[in-house]
Amino acid sequence: MGKTEIAVVGGGAAGMTAAIESARAGAQVTIIDENEQPGGQLFKQIHKFFGSGVHRAGTRGVQIGRDLLREAEEAGVQTRLNTVVYGIFPDKRLGLICGDHTEELASEIIILATGANENALSFPGWTLPGVMGAGATQTLININRVLPGRRILMVGAGNVGLIVSYQLLQAGADVIAVIEGLSYIGGYGVHASKIRRAGVPILTGFTVLRAEGKESVERAVIAQVDEKWQPISGSEEVLEVETICLAVGLSPLSELAWMAGCRFSFLPALGGWVPAHDENMQCNLPGIYVAGDLAGIEEASTAMEEGRLAGLAAAESLGYLPPEEGRKRKEELRNRLAALRIGSFGEGRATAKKKLMRAMCEK
Amino acid sequence: MRIEDHPILGKVERGRKITLKVDGEPVMAFEGETIAAALIASGQRVFRYTEKRVEPRGVFCALGRCTDCVMTVDGQPNVRTCVTPARDGMIIQMQGTPDQRETALDAGEGEG
Repeated sequence: MGKTEIAVVGGGAAGMTAAIESARAGAQVTIIDENEQPGGQLFKQIHKFFGSGVHRAGTRGVQIGRDLLREAEEAGVQTRLNTVVYGIFPDKRLGLICGDHTEELASEIIILATGANENALSFPGWTLPGVMGAGATQTLININRVLPGRRILMVGAGNVGLIVSYQLLQAGADVIAVIEGLSYIGGYGVHASKIRRAGVPILTGFTVLRAEGKESVERAVIAQVDEKWQPISGSEEVLEVETICLAVGLSPLSELAWMAGCRFSFLPALGGWVPAHDENMQCNLPGIYVAGDLAGIEEASTAMEEGRLAGLAAAESLGYLPPEEGRKRKEELRNRLAALRIGSFGEGRATAKKKLMRAMCEK
Repeated sequence: MRIEDHPILGKVERGRKITLKVDGEPVMAFEGETIAAALIASGQRVFRYTEKRVEPRGVFCALGRCTDCVMTVDGQPNVRTCVTPARDGMIIQMQGTPDQRETALDAGEGEG
């Protein structure tokens, strides 16, 4: 059986930063990732990130991904790729599937940074080829460099829907419309403005009724909804599209945290069921930490700060950091996180995070 | 449809040209790209038909989670084509075919 001091599950934005901080402090760290390459979803984020200078605002996700890979290597982080964590045992052993065999990995601390899954939306025809996640489309166009279709309907005007719509235009596709069930655009104005300037209509108060086509999507039927989310008869419109992208939110990938026995809270502002954690990102189970989208759906910039916080706290708990230095650096990271959770977009998440931390104290 | 030039990402760097055999037909691919990428570039949209209702499925999550894009690769069924790199000479077959639909419906298995 292999051994490591700190096992990080998931090598995306949160997992990589957690591993880098722990390893820099001197801990022995292993990242386990089911993919061929680490980096999670960073490599498909070709837009510039928000925040301030310390959050690396203005830098594209793909560049941040490359930097993190280099930093992890320099810090001596071990990486196990093509490896699925199928379970967590009470003594913090991890069950691994590597190709055609299984293994166990003993650890003292586990940092779960498993990320999120795209939500689906079901409507007649939603299983037809051509209906796909907006994130799936983003992977296809920015990583695989193939267009899944020329004429696109985007469902959802949150940041993912808006950003992927713009990136589809950059990739040469024709975004026929962005529709949004709510009466307002959920994403940032700067993203909405960019696609409006490019001539793409954003229709609020609209939903997709059905996808039609013989073997794959040939058209979409959309309609206006009333205040009870019911389609308004007579408002149907037919759009000739071959791809329908679903940008209807993300949910934390929480299977391992449930299995480990973490306490959960239901917080819609953070994407649903989220493991409770303290201000060190530690769960109610000592030695199990969470970070990134698993700890509440936010952005890559928050995921990276949470990762750093979890990694630092984990290394500190193993005695790798002098208490004064640990306290100071964690405080700095918490301030940086707070700065990412302000304003009309961040406030709801900040409140929900506080609830999550209070849930730790409940019996 | 391949995206050759890109305003942010620039020109694409791809592996060497290889050939896959997809349901008996040669399909050009680049080494290292996913099987799904090569198939989408070749214009394929249906990746399989469901076993019971024989409905078409294609790429849905492109992340290896949903298993909608699985195909039989070199004799191994249920390979997730969206996360499996293409290699020269791979034999790829669709699971389930539309002509099975008639049989399934005749046998009363079309529902459920």
